[in-house]
Amino acid sequence: MNEQSNWLAACRVEDAIENGGVCVKHGEDQIALFYFTRRNEWYATQNECPHKKQMALSRGMIGSTTDEPKVACPFHKKTFSLSTGECLSGDECAIKTYPVKIENGTVYIGTTPKS
Amino acid sequence: MKEPQIIVIGNGMVGYKFCEKLRSKTSSFNLIVFGEEPRRAYDRVHLSEYFNGKTADDLSLSTENWYQEQNITLFLNNPIVKIDRELQKVYTASGLDYHYDILVFATGSGAFVPNIPGIEKEGVFVYRTIEDLDLISGYAKKAKTASVIGGGLLGLEAAKALIDLGIEKTSIIEFAPRLMPRQIDAAGSDMLKSKLVDLGLHIHLNKNTTSIEGDGRITALKFSDDTALDVDMLVISAGIKPRDELAKACGIEVGPRGGIVVDQKMQTNDPAIFAIGECALYDGMIYGLIAPGYEMAEVLAANLCEGEKTFTGFDMSTKLKLIGIDVASFGDNFITEPDCRTITFENKHKGVYKRINVSNDGQYLLGGILIGDATAYNLLLQTSNNRIVLPENPEELILGARGGSEPAGGAGITGLPDGALICSCEGVSKGDICAAVADGSCENIDDLKKCTKAGTGCGGCLPMVKDLMTYTLKSQGKYIKNVICEHFNYSRQELFDLIHIHELKSYDEVLDALGKNDGCEVCKPLVSSLLASLWNEMILKKGNDVAQDSNDRFLANIQKGGSYSVVPRVPGGEITPDKLIVIGEVAKKYNLYTKITGGQRIDMFGAHLNDLPIIWEELIAAGFESGHAYGKGLRTVKSCVGSTWCRFGLHDSVSFAIRIEERYRGIRAPHKFKSAVSGCIRECAEAQSKDFGIIATEKGWNLYVCGNGGSKPQHALLLATDLDSETCIKYIDRFLMFYIRTADPLTRTATWLNKMEGGIDYLRNVIINDSLGMAAQWENEIENLIASYKCEWKEAVENPAIRKRFSHFVNAPEDKDPTIEFVEMRGQKRTAEWKTVQ
Repeated sequence: MNEQSNWLAACRVEDAIENGGVCVKHGEDQIALFYFTRRNEWYATQNECPHKKQMALSRGMIGSTTDEPKVACPFHKKTFSLSTGECLSGDECAIKTYPVKIENGTVYIGTTPKS
Repeated sequence: MKEPQIIVIGNGMVGYKFCEKLRSKTSSFNLIVFGEEPRRAYDRVHLSEYFNGKTADDLSLSTENWYQEQNITLFLNNPIVKIDRELQKVYTASGLDYHYDILVFATGSGAFVPNIPGIEKEGVFVYRTIEDLDLISGYAKKAKTASVIGGGLLGLEAAKALIDLGIEKTSIIEFAPRLMPRQIDAAGSDMLKSKLVDLGLHIHLNKNTTSIEGDGRITALKFSDDTALDVDMLVISAGIKPRDELAKACGIEVGPRGGIVVDQKMQTNDPAIFAIGECALYDGMIYGLIAPGYEMAEVLAANLCEGEKTFTGFDMSTKLKLIGIDVASFGDNFITEPDCRTITFENKHKGVYKRINVSNDGQYLLGGILIGDATAYNLLLQTSNNRIVLPENPEELILGARGGSEPAGGAGITGLPDGALICSCEGVSKGDICAAVADGSCENIDDLKKCTKAGTGCGGCLPMVKDLMTYTLKSQGKYIKNVICEHFNYSRQELFDLIHIHELKSYDEVLDALGKNDGCEVCKPLVSSLLASLWNEMILKKGNDVAQDSNDRFLANIQKGGSYSVVPRVPGGEITPDKLIVIGEVAKKYNLYTKITGGQRIDMFGAHLNDLPIIWEELIAAGFESGHAYGKGLRTVKSCVGSTWCRFGLHDSVSFAIRIEERYRGIRAPHKFKSAVSGCIRECAEAQSKDFGIIATEKGWNLYVCGNGGSKPQHALLLATDLDSETCIKYIDRFLMFYIRTADPLTRTATWLNKMEGGIDYLRNVIINDSLGMAAQWENEIENLIASYKCEWKEAVENPAIRKRFSHFVNAPEDKDPTIEFVEMRGQKRTAEWKTVQ
C-alpha cells in the first residue's frame, strides 16, 4: 500500500480538462494530471516525456489500448500507461505515476510516486 | 581441419553478390576479397544518381560492418597484380601474397576506349566509377560544351549527367545509324531521339570520330565526314571491355575479343579458378547486365556448396528509365518478316513507340520494343518468356482493350505459370511471391522484399510484385481494409460517410455511436479532421480540443523544447509595409525568432504557450488571421509577381493566388495541401510541385494536380488546359472535395493519386466529365465550408473558456514553463538542443 503523507491540492475538479490533461506545478517539479472522464478515472504522471526530455505529457492525447489507459506524447507519439507508467511503444524508460484523490471538489495528488 | 580458402578478385556488384549468396548458404570457407577501388561495392546501375544528390554511401550495397559480421576479409585499394597457379597464390600491389584453394574472378569490365588520336588529352573522361564521376563534375565547372561518344545506355546516362552538371550544350556522338543499337530498332531510335532533342541534347548519328583536337587540352572533335565539333570536354562511353588482363597473364583461356572463358559452372580451364559477371565469357558472349551477373554468382555459390546449378545463358530483356523516358526491349526484339509478324504502334505527339513480334501462326509473342511507355513491359516479358498463348487480337497487348480504359493487367498475372520469373535480378518466381503472401508471412511490400528479396535489385518488377501480392491476398478472401484503429472498425472513407449521415458533431458522439472503448491518439485527430471537413465548426469547441493533435489543440506548431510558432496568413505572399512592421514589432516585443518560410510568409518561433493568445490578439488587431500552419489543411498559395510587374507575365498570378488562398483557407483535409500560381511558363512559383498548381497560358490557366515536394518529389500532372478563372476554381473545388472524401488518413494528394486505380485519366474523368455524378454535391459542400470560414484564432482569443486553456500550469496560470531554454545565434534566439537522454 502507498503511504501518502504529502497530498498536494492541485486544482478544483472543474479546472481539470475532461478527457485530457493539465500540468500541475509542484515546486520545481511538474506533474501531469489527467481527468479520464470517459472512464471516470483520475491519473497523475510526471510531465516530462523521457524520450526527449520534453515537458509535454500533460498536452498529450489520452486513450486506451485494449483496456490499458494511456497517454501519447505530443512530440513523437510515444505512449505510456497511465496506470503503471510503463512505456507502451517499445524500449523507452517508464514514467513516474502518482496517486490522485478527490475531496470536496478539490483534486489532490500524492507527491510520493507510486512507481 | 582448416577451412578451404576462397579468394575473390573484385569488389563490384557481382563480387559482392557472390559473397552474400555464399554466406547465406554456408559459414564455412575462409573468404577474402580484394578490391581495386577505394570503397566498398556500390550500385553501379544507379551510378548517375550520384549527380542527383545520392552520396557514395547511399549507393553502397553494404554497411560498413557487413563484411566483418559475415566473417569476410576485405581489402580495398589493393589490386591483385599477379597469380601463380602452380603455387595457388595471389600477389597484391602492396607486396603481400595469399594462398587460395578456389580463386574467383569478379573483375568486371572497364570502359572500352577506342584508339582515337588525341584520346590522352586533358578533358577526356570515361564514365565507370565514382572517381570518374568526381573528375567529370570537377571539370564540368569550367566547361560550356561537352560531347559523349557512344549512344548506348551508359552514353545516354552520361549525357544526362552532363546536362545536370550545367553544361550548356551537350551532344551525343554515335557510330551506328541509331541510338541504343543493341536494344531498339530504327523507328524506336527516331522516337527516342526526338524526345532527347526536346530535352536539349544534340544527337549525331553515323559519326565516326577520327581525332580529338586541342593543344594538351581537348577543344574539338573531328569526324570521318570532314566535319568538326567544338567541345570543352568529352566523355567516352563506347562500350565495355572485360577485365581479363590478369587471367590472360597467368595463362587462363580468354576469348579472342576478351573475356575469361567459362563453362556452365563458371569454371575456367583451371579447375580451381572461376569467373563471374562482366569479365566472364560464356558461349561466346559477355553478359553486360546485372541480372545475369547475379545469376552467375548464384550458380557458383550454389555449386561450391554442393549444389547442382548451371548457367545456360540469360534473357537480356531490359527495361529502364533513361532521362525520364521509358525504354524497354524483350525477347527477340529484332526479328522481322518473314520470320514473324510485327505489330507497331506510334504516337509522335506523346513520344510513344511500341513494337511486338508475334509468331507467324499468331500464337506466341516472340519479343518487342517499347519507347516512351513501358507499363506493359512486365506482362509482355512474361507472356513471351512463358510462351503464353496470345489472345485473338494481340494488338490489345500494346493498345489496351478497345472500348474500355481498363489496362490489360489483372487478367494477365493470373495467367502466368508459377515458375514465371518475376524478379530476374534475384531470381524470384511468381510461385515464390505468392507462397510468401499465402502463408501469411508477408502482407505488405516491405515484408515481401525482406522475405523474398524480390524487387531489391533494379526494382523494375515492383509493380508486378505488388499486383501479385494484392491478387494473392484477394484470392484468399482477405479484403484489405484500412481500418482506423482498434476503436473504429471502419476505413476513413466509411467513417466520413457515417458521421455525415448521423450528423455527429463531436468526437465523443462519434465514439459513442460508431466506435468502442476510449479512443486513442490515432482515431482522435482523424475523427476531429473529419468533423472539421464536414461541419467546419471551431475545432476547439464541444470538447473536441482534447481530441486534436497537439498542434491543432493549441492552434500553433509545437517546437523542440516545448515553445510554439506563430504563422499569420499572408495570402499569395503579398504583404504591405505596415503589416511587415507589425510582424517585426510583435516579434521584438515577445522575443520571437523570425524566418521567411518556403511558402512566402513569416514564421515567428519561440512563443510561450501562455503568450499565444496575446500575440494573436495583437496580430488580429492589425488585420492578420490564422495561417493554419498547424492544421491539416491549406497551407499557402505561392505566387510569382505576375503581369502587374513582370515583363513576361501573362496574367495577374498574385490576384488569382490571393483569391484561391482566401477561398480554401481553413478547410481541413486528410493531410496538408499546398498550391501556387505562376504567371507564365517560366513557372517561378513552382506550381508543378504543389498539390494543385496553376500556370498562366496565352488563353487562360493550366491546372496541374497531385504534385509534391518533400522527401519524395513528384511533378504535378496536367489536369486541364486553357481554363478561364471560374472553370479553374470549379475544378479545384471538385478536386479538393474528392480528395477530402476519399483519401486515406495522412495521405498527400500525390500518394492518393498514385494509389488511385486508373490514375490521372480516371481523376480527369471524375473532375471534368463528372463521371461519378458527384460534382454538383461537391460544389455545394465546398461552398458551405467556404461560407462557414472563421479565423480560429479570433474565436479563441474572444472565447474565455478556450483562452483559459492556453496556460502551462493549472495551479499557477501566470507562470510560464521554466524548463524552456533558448540560446543565442546570429543575433536571434534559437531553441536549446534536445537534452541528452541518459
